[in-house]
Amino acid sequence: MLDQTIDLDRTFQALADKSRRCMVERLTLGPASVSELAEPLAMSLAAVVQHVQVLEACGVVKTEKVGRTRMCQIEPVAMTAAERWITDRRRGWESRLDRLGDILSEVVTTEEKS
Amino acid sequence: MTLSTVAHDTFVIERIYNVPVAQTFRAWADPMLKARWFAGSAEALGAGYELDFRVGGREVNRGGPPGGPVYTYQSEFRDIVPEQRIVYTNEMYADEARISVSVATVQFRSQEATTQLVLTEQGVFLDGHDTVAEREEGTRSLLDSLGAILNGGAS
Repeated sequence: MLDQTIDLDRTFQALADKSRRCMVERLTLGPASVSELAEPLAMSLAAVVQHVQVLEACGVVKTEKVGRTRMCQIEPVAMTAAERWITDRRRGWESRLDRLGDILSEVVTTEEKS
Repeated sequence: MTLSTVAHDTFVIERIYNVPVAQTFRAWADPMLKARWFAGSAEALGAGYELDFRVGGREVNRGGPPGGPVYTYQSEFRDIVPEQRIVYTNEMYADEARISVSVATVQFRSQEATTQLVLTEQGVFLDGHDTVAEREEGTRSLLDSLGAILNGGAS
C-alpha cells in the first residue's frame, strides 16, 4: 500500500515537468522514437533521453530498442483506485487459497499418521 | 464532494488440491478450519470472524491495520450443494463506507483423489473508495489531471 503511494508520488513528480508532459502528450497519439520526441523540443537528444528515463522509471512510459532506434510508448500503469482494489482482492484470494492448500496437506499428513 | 461511481469486475481463480473433494469442502464448511485459512488464524474465530455455514447463514470478518480503518467483510450464503458448489453474496466496508458488493461462486470438482476448485467473483466497486481508504484528499483530482494529460486534454 505504501509502495503504491510512493509510486504515485513519483508519477506526479515526473509529470510536473512541462517537457515531460509534452512527451507524454505526443505518446498518447502513438509510439514514437526518442528523436521524434526531441523534434518539437528545444533540447539535446541526451536531455530527451534523460527525461524518457524519468518517465520510464515511474512506469508512465516504456521503451524498447528496435534496431538502432529506441521506441517509446505509453504504459498505462497509473492504476485507478478501482483497478487497485480488484488487484488486491484477487491477490488476497490467491494467498487465502494457498493457505487452504497448506491446511489440506496438513490434514492428509495427520490422517496418515493416525 | 463525493463522486458516485461504479466499476465492475470478474475474476476466476483455479486450484488443484491433492485431497478428496470431501476434505476440501469441509475446509469451507467448518468454522475452525475456515478461520485458519480465511481469517488467518483459528483465534480469529469469535474475535472478528464468524461463520454460519447454511443457506441464509452469514459470515463476517472484521479487521484492519492498527490506527487505520476497520474493514468489515459480510457475506450471506445463497446456495450450497455439498461437495459441489457454494454461492454467496458479500459486501466490504471500510469503517462505515460500503466499498464493494459481489457474488461469488465456488465450484468443487472431484478428480480421482484430488479436488479442482474454481472460484469466480463478480463484483461492483463503489464510489472509488480506495483499498487504503484513508488516501490523501486530492489524489482523485490528481488522477483526473493525469488522465487528462494522458488523453491529451491538458497542456
